Amino acid sequence: MAWGDEWVSLRKDGIHDPRGPAVRVLQEPEVALSKLTPDTAGNMVRWVQSLEKGEINPRANLRPDTKIRLYESDVLLNLKGGMPIVRFPHRQHTLWLDCTNCHDHLFKAEAGATKFSMLKILEGEQCGVCHGAVSFPLTECFRCHSVARPGDGKPRPSLPIAIPAGAVPPK
Amino acid sequence: MLNRRAEKEGVRPVIFPHWFHRIRFRCKVCHAELGFKMRVGSNDFKMSDIVEGRFCGACHNGEIAWPPDQCDLCHSGKRGLPTGIVGGHETGGPGRW
Ligand code: HEC
Ligand code: HEC
Ligand code: HEC
Ligand code: HEC
Ligand code: HEC
Ligand code: HEC
Repeated sequence: MAWGDEWVSLRKDGIHDPRGPAVRVLQEPEVALSKLTPDTAGNMVRWVQSLEKGEINPRANLRPDTKIRLYESDVLLNLKGGMPIVRFPHRQHTLWLDCTNCHDHLFKAEAGATKFSMLKILEGEQCGVCHGAVSFPLTECFRCHSVARPGDGKPRPSLPIAIPAGAVPPK
Repeated sequence: MLNRRAEKEGVRPVIFPHWFHRIRFRCKVCHAELGFKMRVGSNDFKMSDIVEGRFCGACHNGEIAWPPDQCDLCHSGKRGLPTGIVGGHETGGPGRW
């Protein structure tokens, strides 16, 4: 996968056996991912944009009778803290995920009902089940903390701003 | 990286590439329809399940994707590595802070 700002070849990624037969046959990440909308973090693909632009068209079901559920509402979280407000967008999530991937074992389906904690997220719970594992990493603070508080000066861009992990949040 | 039994049973550990599969399938296919739980190592399945068409075998059946006789394509990991998530999206996570 990607480390720094380039895709590492399978032979050198530290997990594939460089002497095994697979590294000659498997697709190199760079071959597939360099054609998609670029990102500056994670595996360096803006996956939502790539999907919306039609660069990729991943299947949503195997069985014809599976109901594909989409939901549009945005939920604002972290209404009291010092960091900008978190906007959780259902639309982008349900393009990829089913409701059961989050409800109700991770989050209750009622705005404000879940007790969130950034520490838990960093430990791989709540939003951190996916973010930091498969979806864009937790170093991208302002992609989640994307809505300025009233009276908080300039709105913060929701596009990539890399803040190193562990950075002290603005007070 | 999946290595619950593979190495003990004499084969290389398995590497499952998310980036490759998500170009072709949305998360909900595996994590809702097929019921893979979202925690590495938590889905306790064996090679026999795959051959019988469950888990990876729901697709790696010679129809949706190539069949399970292509051992080396899945069993492609370095020996000695534990089950866990590896890659560019990794920010730490449980036990790594
Ligand atoms: C939803 C269907 C589906 C499931 C489930 C699935 N795969 Fe795949 N997989 C595919 C398809 C489709 C391909 C591409 C096949 C082709 O190119 O002919 C593929 C390709 C691969 C490749 C080759 C990637 C490359 O570089 O060419 C590997 C390795 C792999 N799968 C491993 C796994 C493992 C391990 C599992 C179970 C943990 C799994 N897959 C489960 C559909 C699936
Ligand atoms: C995947 C989304 C996501 C990312 C990325 C993220 N956060 Fe958060 N963060 C949240 C959520 C959700 C809460 C809400 C917790 C609450 O309601 O108390 C939160 C709460 C917080 C809080 C406590 C509330 C406050 O505003 O004081 C701090 C501090 C914080 N985050 C800092 C950060 C920093 C620093 C980063 C980047 C290193 C970051 N967060 C990245 C989702 C995220
Ligand atoms: C990626 C995780 C995730 C997925 C997938 C998801 N939700 Fe949610 N949902 C949340 C979070 C987070 C909240 C806010 C919870 C809180 O504030 O305590 C929420 C809140 C809700 C609410 C209450 C707020 C509102 O908009 O009225 C409803 C209803 C809801 N979800 C329905 C759904 C449905 C229907 C689906 C599937 C189509 C779905 N959700 C998929 C994470 C998710
Ligand atoms: C079940 C997995 C999962 C959980 C839990 C989850 N996300 Fe996501 N999130 C995704 C996926 C998949 C994407 C698509 C982008 C990617 O993979 O990098 C995404 C994208 C996003 C985006 C960017 C949308 C865009 O337009 O690019 C934001 C913001 C976000 N998530 C915030 C959150 C917050 C806040 C939480 C916790 C309340 C959360 N997510 C929980 C899987 C998840
Ligand atoms: C082709 C099937 C497939 C697809 C598509 C897929 N996954 Fe997975 N996912 C897996 C498998 C297999 C595992 C490992 C399960 C195990 O080890 O028991 C896994 C594990 C995970 C984990 C656990 C990681 C950890 O830290 O323990 C998360 C989170 C996850 N997937 C999220 C996603 C998200 C988000 C998407 C969509 C962007 C997605 N998956 C798409 C098959 C898939
Ligand atoms: C589609 C991917 C895939 C293919 C192809 C595949 N395997 Fe596996 N295999 C797995 C996964 C995933 C596991 C579970 C890994 C773990 O956690 O140890 C596994 C486990 C095993 C184990 C450990 C014992 C057990 O029953 O779980 C053996 C032995 C094994 N495979 C042999 C083979 C042989 C021999 C072939 C070729 C005929 C093969 N595998 C092809 C994915 C695959």
